[in-house]
Amino acid sequence: MTTQTLAGVPVERDAEGFLTDPSLWSEAVAVAIAAEEGITLTERHWEVVRFMRHAYETTGAGPNVRLLAKASGVSVRELYALFPRGPAKTAAKIAGIPKPHGCI
Amino acid sequence: MDAPITKVSIVVSKGSLEGVYPALIMANGARAEGMEANLFFTFFGLDAINAKRIEHVKVAAVGNPGMHVASLLGVLPGMSAIATRVMERKMEENDIPGLPEFIELVADAGCGLYGCRASADLFGFTEADLVPQVKAIITVGEFYALSAGGQIIFT
Repeated sequence: MTTQTLAGVPVERDAEGFLTDPSLWSEAVAVAIAAEEGITLTERHWEVVRFMRHAYETTGAGPNVRLLAKASGVSVRELYALFPRGPAKTAAKIAGIPKPHGCI
Repeated sequence: MDAPITKVSIVVSKGSLEGVYPALIMANGARAEGMEANLFFTFFGLDAINAKRIEHVKVAAVGNPGMHVASLLGVLPGMSAIATRVMERKMEENDIPGLPEFIELVADAGCGLYGCRASADLFGFTEADLVPQVKAIITVGEFYALSAGGQIIFT
């Protein structure tokens, strides 16, 4: 657990860099976390990030890669092209929500 | 902290449903974590990437204590098919994809799928017999070369 300032906001992050309080998230925070991951957010990235955020707000958890592809309409291939270090994990981190759990 | 695992190469040597799924789940999970992943299908494991057999991979009803069915019953005609149907229904309830979809998923996720040269020769398979997601049939030497720098897991 570490506290740091992202886009001018003090936030707490877990060992893997996920925000511990999703309510402190903003689009500026998303841009800062994406930059750490080596990603410059395009409109297509934003679609996925907003989808993750929406899924968390409505279901309490972000989906895994397979369900993300099914529900968002962005293919598995494209998801990995957008987020090479793991789409569900990286998009969740950028969206300020907890890491999706489950094995599939 | 220990250095994270960044690459895995998983050998699939069994042709039963319960022999194939753990490898696919581990490979898919590796990619989801941003790790590099390869799957090497050898011996009966080749059935999982054989275009004609992929739809017919079954749970072993005999010699499988985990089934909790006496082996004497397991030999009855259709037992393996029944066990497989039960397993597939449970997997569907738990949102685990069927084998053809799972193979497509791991390939789309960027996992490298390879057939074993020695096994393919033994069974008389060529790349034309395998599903299109398979990159190539390779030798054990080539498998070790592409596994360089990573962990090898045998299943």
